[in-house]
Amino acid sequence: MSSEWPLWEIFIRGQHGLNHRHVGSLHAPDAEMAIRNARDVYTRRNEGVSIWVVRSNDITASSPSDKGPLYEPSNSKVYRHPTFYDIPDEVGHM
Amino acid sequence: MYAQLVKSEGTANRDEMTPEEVAFQDRIDRNEKIEPKEWMPDGYRKTLIRQIGQHAHSEIVGQLPEGNWITRAPTLERKAILLAKVQDEAGHGLYLYSAAETLGVSRDELLEALHAGKMKYSSIFNYPTLTWADMGAVGWLVDGAAIMNQVPLQRTSYGPYSRAMIRICKEESFHQRQGYDIMMKMCAGTPEQKAMAQDALNRFWYPALMMFGPSDKDSVHSAQSMAWRIKMNTNDELRQKFVDQTVPQAKFLGLTVPDPDLQWNEEKGGHDFSEPDWSEFYAVLAGNGPCNAERLGARVKAWDDGAWFREGLMAHAAKHSGGRVAAE
Ligand SMILES: [Fe+2]
Ligand SMILES: [Fe+2]
Repeated sequence: MSSEWPLWEIFIRGQHGLNHRHVGSLHAPDAEMAIRNARDVYTRRNEGVSIWVVRSNDITASSPSDKGPLYEPSNSKVYRHPTFYDIPDEVGHM
Repeated sequence: MYAQLVKSEGTANRDEMTPEEVAFQDRIDRNEKIEPKEWMPDGYRKTLIRQIGQHAHSEIVGQLPEGNWITRAPTLERKAILLAKVQDEAGHGLYLYSAAETLGVSRDELLEALHAGKMKYSSIFNYPTLTWADMGAVGWLVDGAAIMNQVPLQRTSYGPYSRAMIRICKEESFHQRQGYDIMMKMCAGTPEQKAMAQDALNRFWYPALMMFGPSDKDSVHSAQSMAWRIKMNTNDELRQKFVDQTVPQAKFLGLTVPDPDLQWNEEKGGHDFSEPDWSEFYAVLAGNGPCNAERLGARVKAWDDGAWFREGLMAHAAKHSGGRVAAE
């Protein structure tokens, strides 16, 4: 039997209240060991205060060939950005 | 370097490329990052697996010469520092194995290739660490040379490799500084201690220069790898930079670089220096260095001795997850 431990993706939330961020992956036999290993591999210098681990196989990713259909529609919607609107200086900061 | 003599596959000649290959090269020329699921030429994938795998193996095997001194460090603080450094190297290996795995090879396959002698690791780790001063020389020179190569690789074209390099570089500067710190301490000590530091420099100088690999200015493999941005500088460029950086550091320590022909060349704005003995380099790569058998033997033994443990934890995990499904 192959005893290769499955791959886990590791997400860490840093000290400053930002979202958990993907930092890398590692092998571990189960979720508990994945968290322990992530502690050793990815937080040796106070990089985080919270760890999430997810089996790599359980992640569904968008396909690179969908780039066009997925993201192009937002290119034409410039009115979604604040800079689209000219507010006169007299109005003050907005 | 940590990856030496990596054979590159593919063609850097646009006329011989398929339309897909041309589009791919254009993306790289625009400095776009290539991500795992995207199309890439077979040669790019194969060359990267070889290079990242060799780099990962070097990090792991590189723990052995330093591990040799953990139990004999002169103070508790030095022992804690060395432990932390060696632990970092394990992490570097893991980041890099993960990056290689995104290319469709498993970690076990890479380890099997290492253990079977089909994949290499850096020549530098086949030299013995005979005295405590060697811990200083290794951190200062070996990690110093590694940094020289790894800093530009942060900009490499393959996304996961680049991200691994960014993490590694953040941790690497502590390695070099703790090594130089050991050298400073030894050089400010008794004449015997200073002599140990000089002896360590004498033994590690040329092996450190070999880390960059032989001159590759005319190499086809290097040209291809540079076009793909998985190699950022020629071996000679990096070696020159390393020498120019290290010579004043040796001078500060009051140590002599073991090269009678070393001298500043005003015209080229760099040092002239002697080449290492390349026949020694090829002998070490072929398995005939002073410690090749010992290093590989230690890796294989660790892997074999750990098999029952890896399998045991897998069996436990299988049982545990079965139980959880049943309970729901
Ligand atoms: Fe490292
Ligand atoms: Fe290092």
